Amino acid sequence: MEKSSFELKIGLAEMLKGGVIMDVTTPEQAKIAEDAGAVAVMALERIPADIRADGGIARMSSPKIIQDIQKTVSIPVMAKCRIGHFAEAQVLEALKVDFIDESEVLTPADEENHIWKHDFKVPFVCGCRDLGEALRRIGEGTAMIRTKGEAGSGNIVEAVRHMRRVQQEIRKLTTLLDDELMAEAKRLGAPFEIVKQVAKTGKLPVPNFAAGGIATPADASLMMQLGAESVFVGSGIFKSDDPAARARAIVLATTYFDNPEKVAEVSAELKSAMKGIDVATLPESERMATRGW
Amino acid sequence: MNRSLKIGVMALQGAFQKHVEMLDRIHIKSETIRYGEQLRLIDGLIIPGGESTTMTKIIMEMGILPELEVFDKPIFGTCAGAILLSEKCDDPNIQVIKKTPVKTLRNAYGRQVDSFTESVNLSFTNEPFPAVFIRAPRITDCTPEVEILGRFNGEIVLVRYQKYLLSTFHPELTNDPRIHEYFIGMIDR
Repeated sequence: MEKSSFELKIGLAEMLKGGVIMDVTTPEQAKIAEDAGAVAVMALERIPADIRADGGIARMSSPKIIQDIQKTVSIPVMAKCRIGHFAEAQVLEALKVDFIDESEVLTPADEENHIWKHDFKVPFVCGCRDLGEALRRIGEGTAMIRTKGEAGSGNIVEAVRHMRRVQQEIRKLTTLLDDELMAEAKRLGAPFEIVKQVAKTGKLPVPNFAAGGIATPADASLMMQLGAESVFVGSGIFKSDDPAARARAIVLATTYFDNPEKVAEVSAELKSAMKGIDVATLPESERMATRGW
Repeated sequence: MNRSLKIGVMALQGAFQKHVEMLDRIHIKSETIRYGEQLRLIDGLIIPGGESTTMTKIIMEMGILPELEVFDKPIFGTCAGAILLSEKCDDPNIQVIKKTPVKTLRNAYGRQVDSFTESVNLSFTNEPFPAVFIRAPRITDCTPEVEILGRFNGEIVLVRYQKYLLSTFHPELTNDPRIHEYFIGMIDR
């Protein structure tokens, strides 16, 4: 019996496609998310918007919060560890979380190295801003890629930038000749074998999800149309005025992303989305997307 | 293989794309299904793995349940899809379609760290099948008229009942088309 193959890790990521993964901080929120049709929840001590507001060092959530949420829902439970903090990841694996997000939302623990994710039985998801970053994380063993976007901002602009960049760079790879691929791998700073594979297949070898700033059903539809295979909604749900209705609407808008009438219908009954912030006004030191490489 | 068949792959959520790719490999036309009325135009349906809670929600919200209840062509359910086809699931929040007289238990083997791959012997083929179990359900009770096609460690993992085929594992995640070919063989032509 094989229990930790890469195939199994990607397998769970496949099962989450076409779905919405929601950030939650309490068992009650987790239940609202599950009842609304979330495919998984991300168990957190604070949602990104509050991490941003509170300042200080953001670390892995307390095991108690994660365990309480695991007891409450039947869908997969994910949790975040700091970039490079493999001991936090070991703790999360011991807690049997279903996915570990090595996340820029938390304060990085290692400014040089990310976690060597092949050593773990639990699959990882990692953020990226471009194709090179995505392929470096895949080289380290992540089973899912997501855009970084700008977490806790309620502003979709960075997620769009990151998804478009990844897709453009994938398209470019498929047009290059064999003898041009090494130079492109050098430019991307990405493992050559994976570059060759993407050039041949025209897609990432792992599922590619969107995250960072999704706040409305139309945001979810936009990201799916840009090529995301699922969406993460962080602060967007529980910082809004109507979490349950918004969660349900974003679930339907993700499945029916190419049906504007349906997206309009599910959006019609919603109250105000989270207020959000203009990313351009954020000083470099407050940007989460630039953490990690 | 009959190339004029068209198989619907339920695409509300989950691993539907992998089933489409497997059908492409064996030269069977497919269509992703997200609306109830699409069911009237296909020769068979695959309900993929994914989250059965999410699929339940969308099936109910979109009024797909009545169309599924009257759908009378063969259906192949993998993992969450098998749960939906069962008569009864341990989780009352799951809306089962009650096509097959078996009971299912969700996440019966535990969490993702307990997911596994294992070679499974199947009754209709000689070589073992590389079965991928991901947060897999268990088929618990089975009436005698349900044909057991695969077992692993005594557990029932693949069954057929009339027009319905249920697997607790994921043949679509392998490169082995034998179970999909078996399903295509169940379709009247």
